[in-house]
Amino acid sequence: MQKGKGMKFVGDSRIKAERQRNVPKDYSEYPGRTEPFWPNFLLKEWLVGAVFLIGFLCLVAAHPSPLELQADPNNASYIPLPDWYFLFLYELLKYEFASAEYVVIGTIGIPGLAFGALLLAPFLDNKPGRRPTQRPVAVTLMLLAVTSVIWLTYESVAAVDWEERAQYSVENMADVEINTDHAGYEVYANNCMSCHGENLEGVPGMAPELIGVPYDAEGIMDIAQNGIGEMPAGLFNGTDEELNQLAEFIVETNSEGEGSGSEEGGESEGGESDSEENGEGEEESA
Amino acid sequence: MLRKMYDWIDERLDVTPIWRDIADHEVPEHVNPAHHFSAFVYCFGGLTFFVVVIQILSGMFLTMYYVPDIENAWESVRYLQTEVAHGQIVRGMHHWGASVVIVMIFLHTLRVFFQGAYKKPRELNWIVGVLLFFVILGLGFTGYLLPWDNKAFFATQVGLEIAESVPFIGTELKTLLAGDPTIVGAQTLTRFFAIHVFFLPAVLFGLLAAHFIMIRRQGISGPL
Repeated sequence: MQKGKGMKFVGDSRIKAERQRNVPKDYSEYPGRTEPFWPNFLLKEWLVGAVFLIGFLCLVAAHPSPLELQADPNNASYIPLPDWYFLFLYELLKYEFASAEYVVIGTIGIPGLAFGALLLAPFLDNKPGRRPTQRPVAVTLMLLAVTSVIWLTYESVAAVDWEERAQYSVENMADVEINTDHAGYEVYANNCMSCHGENLEGVPGMAPELIGVPYDAEGIMDIAQNGIGEMPAGLFNGTDEELNQLAEFIVETNSEGEGSGSEEGGESEGGESDSEENGEGEEESA
Repeated sequence: MLRKMYDWIDERLDVTPIWRDIADHEVPEHVNPAHHFSAFVYCFGGLTFFVVVIQILSGMFLTMYYVPDIENAWESVRYLQTEVAHGQIVRGMHHWGASVVIVMIFLHTLRVFFQGAYKKPRELNWIVGVLLFFVILGLGFTGYLLPWDNKAFFATQVGLEIAESVPFIGTELKTLLAGDPTIVGAQTLTRFFAIHVFFLPAVLFGLLAAHFIMIRRQGISGPL
């Protein structure tokens, strides 16, 4: 760096007034067949980037990102599942030595040890040799860690019923139209609506939805009169004819829902996502 | 004309040395796939950055529609997904990008590890890289809650229980993340939004800058 008297600056700034020539650095002594980064190598990098982007956009176009039903904190039947890249941690917590009273081992102990070792790898593996054969301990531990992460992820993925989970998707939500002209609708409004909701959608914490119920007309009539689970008996006040209309209404609404639901269901989240162009098969988070 | 504009700027800002710092270097033979095809493993770092850029851009566009409150979050995502032109593509890029960036950073980490490229003098850059890995995992975790669907809600509940199991500071840690020691609700969503959109990206940018400056200072590690 130039120092001393006689330096001229642009105005009152710290920029030197004497123009330096725009000469590239001299790499003539640099070993091997080098290539300037700008512009030669950057153009090739862009090429790779473009190919990658095409593959990525194919993935995006082929698999719209999933969205499930709006969060319902009262939904007790929901089985939580993290994103695929946390599945190995999630699976770890299922082992006996890493759950219940030992859960700290599973949540902090083992992951902390593994990621801590990863962070401090240069200081744990501090010999100068760089070849894998010159540092067998580090390489073995890493191979072990990678294998166990892949194994745990695989175990976790294999244990999930993906077809059942696809039911959670908003696209597979039964899109039923409530036929308000149906004779049974008025019976429903008088007897059931206060707990099961205006559109049979259920009320969180009070009563379940009545779409997708597995009962036939007789079953529904029996439940309406005698109750089931937390539903007490004798909630239905009406004639037998009205009871028939009610059961008919609920069964009809249900059969509609099934029809439209399965149509959409086949198209959307049922299939596994293809591995994308860089050969990764791990994106099966669908 | 362009020359004159460049000179006008250069006279005032002296950009040539900056420009030379960024672009004026030779790419060694052993990292150039044109010479050795196996050198494609050196692409993973660059591709990680590429996907990070995709994430930043698509995320910026997502915030144009996303509403971080429990009444509207899910509705806004659904609206974006089904009604907005190209909304499905933008959300898809952000969703799948989150997965691809993890795959890429994983491969990049393995490349650096098995080549022993973190050895002296590159220890600090390795540490910054692992911190970047943690930040990206954190972005994945906080971003997962934002659509406010069942998957998001219950996975986050599990994640917060894990945070709670940390000895001594568990409850405080959970409260810091969720805004309440027991409830996962409105506060949790806004906090995760703030962490996902402001805190972690700020850390990410700082670490990325450090990562790249160190690479330019030290150059890529030599052939094995």
